[in-house]
Amino acid sequence: MAGYTDPGFDTLALHAGATPDPTTGARATPIHLSTSFVFQSSEHAASLFNMERSGHVYSRISNPTTAVLEERIAALEGGAGAIATASGQAALHLAVATLAGAGHHIVASSALYGGSHNLLDYTLRRFGISTTFVPPGDVDAWRAAIRPETRLLFGETLGNPGLDVLDIPTISAIAHAANLPLLVDSTFTPPWLLKPFDHGADLVYHSATKFLSGHGTVVGGLLVDSGAFDWAASGRFPELSEAYDGFHGMVFSEESTVGAFLLRARREGLRDFGACMSPHTAWLVLQGIETLPLRMARHVENTRKVVDMLSRHAMVSRVGYPELESHPSHALAKRLLPRGCGAVFSFDLKGSRAQGVAFIEALKIFSHLANVGDCRSLVIHPASTTHFRMDDAALARAGIGPGTIRLSIGLEDADDLVDDLKRALKVAEKTA
Amino acid sequence: MKIDVDGQTAHVYTGGKPFDPSLPCVVFIHGALHDHSVWTLLARWCAHHGHGVLALDLPGHGQSAGPVLPSVEATADWLLALLAAAGVRQPGQVTLVGHSMGSLIGLEAAARQPALVGRLVMVGTACPMKVSEALLTTARDAPLKAIDMVNAFSISSLATKPGYPGPGMWLHGSNRALMRRSLAGPNATGCAVNLFHHDFSICDAYTGGLQAAAQVTARVTLALGQFDQMTPPRATRDLAAALKARVVTLPSGHSLPAEAPDELLTALRSALS
Repeated sequence: MAGYTDPGFDTLALHAGATPDPTTGARATPIHLSTSFVFQSSEHAASLFNMERSGHVYSRISNPTTAVLEERIAALEGGAGAIATASGQAALHLAVATLAGAGHHIVASSALYGGSHNLLDYTLRRFGISTTFVPPGDVDAWRAAIRPETRLLFGETLGNPGLDVLDIPTISAIAHAANLPLLVDSTFTPPWLLKPFDHGADLVYHSATKFLSGHGTVVGGLLVDSGAFDWAASGRFPELSEAYDGFHGMVFSEESTVGAFLLRARREGLRDFGACMSPHTAWLVLQGIETLPLRMARHVENTRKVVDMLSRHAMVSRVGYPELESHPSHALAKRLLPRGCGAVFSFDLKGSRAQGVAFIEALKIFSHLANVGDCRSLVIHPASTTHFRMDDAALARAGIGPGTIRLSIGLEDADDLVDDLKRALKVAEKTA
Repeated sequence: MKIDVDGQTAHVYTGGKPFDPSLPCVVFIHGALHDHSVWTLLARWCAHHGHGVLALDLPGHGQSAGPVLPSVEATADWLLALLAAAGVRQPGQVTLVGHSMGSLIGLEAAARQPALVGRLVMVGTACPMKVSEALLTTARDAPLKAIDMVNAFSISSLATKPGYPGPGMWLHGSNRALMRRSLAGPNATGCAVNLFHHDFSICDAYTGGLQAAAQVTARVTLALGQFDQMTPPRATRDLAAALKARVVTLPSGHSLPAEAPDELLTALRSALS
């Protein structure tokens, strides 16, 4: 018997959460575009509402197609369960709103996606939740920022914009010493690259819009719970360990030793805030995940070829990819990301903003847009787009230069990507 | 709810309603490296349909204080002491529902106090419940690996619907997380090696099942998993005959409470009727 265990990653990517449809025999997961589901009887209805039975009632709370996706991402991350949300931002909000309220506090990495930074620094502050931002690599700063009212530590596995690798083992140990959970945004590192739970994280979320769906066609989010954090023993989360008047006086940590967080997030957060995922979106994300192992291997292979070319090019002053020895997170990346550091990175073009614009406009294969993680290669020039209101000094403070270019490497022929970039670099050089 | 049993605090889940000892009582007994939370759907149904519910964390498991007890028989004695402490005294009004290791504890308790126990539901059971040498050794030497082995053999599908305790839960992952939590639990004192090895060892060592069955007067139901590889249905023939049990076979592996909660509820309702 020794040696038997759960199926491997590639098998789970195809099968976790799904079986042939018992009614029709359909092998692929059907799209259940139904708002609600018929009760077998009044007694059945009452028992579903009172959590005496498991099942689907209304698609804002749960849906058969969406549930397949939730099980699948939980399987791939090594978690206990998951909740699909309308977007990655909705997943972050759901995590925070489940664990924190007015008067509470978050410690977060300063190297965050702009939307996450806005939510924490401006929007949540309006609702009484404050955040202290710390440099992701400053271990002492993480520890020092924790207060009695802190409820969560939060960072990105690969920080924005410099791809600082979050030291998950160290930061999670700091969190756990204070009886707090660590939440990570793992959007840039799908579980084929990194499983944050294996390193001590407690909650993971993804913008499924990116690599998980992989085709630039949907917006969605996924929030996964490891099931490892003991909310009751922590003593900091009465929302989970004491009776909740909003749901029949339920004590969620009593109902499920390992699923308390997800129960409350679904029974309160999805019910009341309503940022659920459409079943059609869930189906498209499932289609993407089925080929995730193949795609991620190719994303990384192509990225390494592009990084190699750029790091030796005369028009490039810096390439920010953690596999390079010059990157400040190189040693950590070797330890946590042996399969690769993803397919999104930035580099600095020598020259002015105008040269950056010329480079972008000369590209033929790379698409100029504000997204990452597509099967097609993407590019953006922050100084002329997302950060165009900033002068050069302000850009520098944000870790962005006038010639900083962010690439998301797709699945095209790597030689074509290299040629496209080389030609555009030549145009930028002539624009000087 | 906390109940003092022989000077140690036992943690008991009561199904979302305060426990009333005057009602017919349903006692849920979990299996190896589990706790009360494997029963919450069934427990809630019973508590909201006229029963007093006691879903236990066995000594050294979940939130119940240790030490763990050295045998199935000793744990059955503890269970009966807990019922007495909870004020459960009405003859014939107790239904014991046990899963796997918990089913053996229920069997032994029903044999020791036949006047008290009117019904016995043994879920995912076998008698004897021999544990393979490979699994015992792995549980002793590499318990995390043994958890993965048990997961692979206990759960019959990669898609258990409708999800336990609700949609979106990945049973392999939630069961692994629960077992790891139990293994690392602060109350698991008194184990020679670790809680996993202890639980499997007392199942393996229990040989008195058929003798106990001869003492049982309760109406017995065996709820078995059609695809159970841990305790295959064929391993219950002698036990079923000795207990004159009603046997129901459900579309599930060994993890019946989580894999087939609706079907198990139907079987339980029939047993209670």
